[in-house]
Amino acid sequence: MSATTIPTTPYLTLASDIVARALKAGADDAEVTIHEGDEFSTTVRMGQVETLKESGSRGMGLRVLVASNNGYRVASTSTSDFTPEGIAHLVNGAIALARVTSEDPFAGLADASEFGQLEGDLQLFHEDVYSLPSAERIEYARRAEVAALAADTRITNSDGGSFDAATGRKVFANSRGFAGEYRASSCSISVSPIALGQNGEMQRDYWYTYARALKNLDTPESVGLEAARRTLRRLDARRVKTQQVPLVFSPEVARSLIGSIFNAASGDSIYRGASFFTGKLGQQVAAPSVTVVDDGTLIGGLGTSPFDGEGLPSRRTVIVENGVLVNYVLNTYTARKLGMKSTGNASRGLAGNPGIGPNNLFLVAGWQSPEDILRAVPSGLYVTSLMGQGVNMVTGDYSRGASGLWIESGELTWPVQEITVAGNLRDIFQNITAIANDLVFRGSVASPTLRIDGMTIAGE
Amino acid sequence: MTNSPASTQQHKQYFFAKFGITERLLERCLGEALSAGGDYADLYFESIASTSIGIDESIVKSASQGVSAGCGIRVLSGERTGYAYTDDLSAERLLHAARTAALIASGPAKQPVAGFTETKTPSLYPAPAIDLDTDLSAKLDLIQRADRTARAYDPRITQVRAGYSDELRRILIAASDGTFASDTQPLARLSIFVLAKDGDRTARGTSGGGGRVEIDFFQTEKSPEHFAEEAARQAILQLSAVAAPAGEMEVVLGPGWPGVLLHEAVGHGLEADFNRRKTSAFTGLIGRQVASSKVTVVDNGVMPGRRGSLNVDDEGSATQETVLIENGILKTYLSDKLSSRLMNMPHTGNGRRESYQQIPMPRMTNTYMLSGDDAPEDILRSVRRGLYAVNFGGGSVDIVSGKFVFSASEAYLIEDGKITAPVRDATLIGNGPEALKYVSMVGNDLQLDEGIGTCGKDGQSVPVGVGMPTVKLDKMTVGGTSR
Repeated sequence: MSATTIPTTPYLTLASDIVARALKAGADDAEVTIHEGDEFSTTVRMGQVETLKESGSRGMGLRVLVASNNGYRVASTSTSDFTPEGIAHLVNGAIALARVTSEDPFAGLADASEFGQLEGDLQLFHEDVYSLPSAERIEYARRAEVAALAADTRITNSDGGSFDAATGRKVFANSRGFAGEYRASSCSISVSPIALGQNGEMQRDYWYTYARALKNLDTPESVGLEAARRTLRRLDARRVKTQQVPLVFSPEVARSLIGSIFNAASGDSIYRGASFFTGKLGQQVAAPSVTVVDDGTLIGGLGTSPFDGEGLPSRRTVIVENGVLVNYVLNTYTARKLGMKSTGNASRGLAGNPGIGPNNLFLVAGWQSPEDILRAVPSGLYVTSLMGQGVNMVTGDYSRGASGLWIESGELTWPVQEITVAGNLRDIFQNITAIANDLVFRGSVASPTLRIDGMTIAGE
Repeated sequence: MTNSPASTQQHKQYFFAKFGITERLLERCLGEALSAGGDYADLYFESIASTSIGIDESIVKSASQGVSAGCGIRVLSGERTGYAYTDDLSAERLLHAARTAALIASGPAKQPVAGFTETKTPSLYPAPAIDLDTDLSAKLDLIQRADRTARAYDPRITQVRAGYSDELRRILIAASDGTFASDTQPLARLSIFVLAKDGDRTARGTSGGGGRVEIDFFQTEKSPEHFAEEAARQAILQLSAVAAPAGEMEVVLGPGWPGVLLHEAVGHGLEADFNRRKTSAFTGLIGRQVASSKVTVVDNGVMPGRRGSLNVDDEGSATQETVLIENGILKTYLSDKLSSRLMNMPHTGNGRRESYQQIPMPRMTNTYMLSGDDAPEDILRSVRRGLYAVNFGGGSVDIVSGKFVFSASEAYLIEDGKITAPVRDATLIGNGPEALKYVSMVGNDLQLDEGIGTCGKDGQSVPVGVGMPTVKLDKMTVGGTSR
């Protein structure tokens, strides 16, 4: 039993109790999720506290499975009402709803042998996040904004500096004997300065630091300075002509491409043929230098947990290895659909069936420095931000708004805005022609700098 | 309190009876919220009951119902906002939340005004008396019909997912300025996703709609067959789509959902909070030309049954129809109580929030462009080479620089005035304060969207509507791959 799990907490007892009541009411299997969380957030704008928010809430969800001739009928309920009356509604409501749904031969909990949780202290919860007095939390936000505002006279306004902290507890129990609970904390400092260009056009960018423990945050001053640097470099941006040139994705935007690799490999899209990775297991789907890993076991990671949304232990899954698609990412349902085993990627909210989500997802770093990668580009675009949701996971078509810096003779020059970058993800993954050595986790998804060839810029 | 209509009594009684809220308790909480000074305090009680049911591979794989309730307490002091919420509506926890929100202010206690005045509200939508339907057979019938229709549309349709979801949101607002309002807000939506496959080509189609309606809307006005055929039509069409063009060209936007252009290009930039902070590309442009003289844009929260409509906003203020741009001239911003007071501007009743856990802010309701004089056929005929975009996925905007995008999911090439090949998904990009200056023709065919839009801002999602007639822009950048 891991150190983060205390078998006798009131919530764990409550969850197991509700599972038992659901079975008594007619369910053949049941799962109970309880979430409890506290949040604190403050924004300081132009040196003054603008918002201060502090509160907590909790909720619970029940999913019942009723056996029929050919599989199970499944239904779920959720509530914020923890009174006996609220719990009675939760249980009775779920059983009643299961009469409406159809029997599904692939529905059902995982095999008992699959349940479990990671041992040892995963360092997900840190007391320092919770215990810091409000005045000091406000001070973090204020210091970050002050540093950004003081960085340059062209920084004339601000969307504020923020400090956010959250602590939460997740409890999960099912009728096949799994019961687990863990606490997690997170905190962040962010700042979003606004600068004024020569023609009067404003530009904004931001920077942040995000960690499970206060002690692991970057200093507010370094966040403010980096936010200022990123904002200033956008000033007096131009458009460029429609053309095909090499693109260099900065780590912040390359992250979204790694997210697309995960989504393309997600079992839910695979079994229904809704992903361009369908049927591609064992095939080359990316450049040979590309290896993508989802690892739920990293100590203190922002995507780490002792068990997934179905009570399976978190693990490390290689999705793409040297460009070859070696694993789909699966929960129990999609694994059954595909005749495979779950990869422990079940995600879940309070209501509904489990989904699929990443843990700590990253593209393995290469050997070149980001500067080396830029230096090899005679003429191209360094992409620093992307806009919109123009990614079609069925066809792979990719078209998004972009801004960044023009690369000329291997050097970053003037800023570019109001253009799009487009291609098809199948080609984009194959055309990752350079991978930098600058992999840093600033959240649960991380990528180094990437060079991508063959995409189209649409502009003037 | 006197003279309140029966429906208001019914909304109010719900909280009074179910959670033991009394007028005396509301006054005590407001008094506690202003115990350290401040200009204003309000209480926002919310109770939500939601149902969703989904069919997938012709199997009803999910049915769920949920209930949640809570109260958010806000204190305003100058430009500062203190906020706390609780999902425990006992007097003790409410008073505790009030004291937490009060920490934003530091001064002598203030007194709320004595007595409440109820906001007069219209009845733009039904107010069902029952929170959760226990009988889901009618909802089941809708998704099964959608599934059957989409599958029957064409043998190349390989996957169909259909979902019906509804919620009933009850709110009660009491404020230290004497505001008292309550409402019952239904919201229902049917959504369909299909895949079509032909050889090695796969394509998707999506459709859906609804509004502040009950289930009868889908039985009488917009049937599941209507939405299912639309999703299937789009997927089949996309099987033969060619690469989208890249670069600046003439763009014709079809009527209805392409109004998301207005939402991104101008709507967000006209929300008063950004303009109060002078962080919007539209800051200081009231009275100035921001669009072609053919363009008039309104935000209208009082349309019956619409997804973005509200009898009362989330600060207890009356909603209204607001002209944002009239014949190309910027007229006003969309405001909430805080911004209208600090900016000394008219209050437009646009204070909205996702839930009791969130601070309200200026948001759009139903935002659309009024019809012009041009026949849609004439608009298309006038284009030599361009793009005709009729359906969009979604969009987003950088308020500060004004740059916005929206992604076409159904579009066609226009060649010599004729619609030719369908093209693959492409994002369109522009600059908000400039884009609508290129509107050269406005159709006489205003349509509102089907009722599926959700708008996100600062992490808060709220239902909205958009609309537009057929519109021609002489210049816009299309983000395809084909030269």
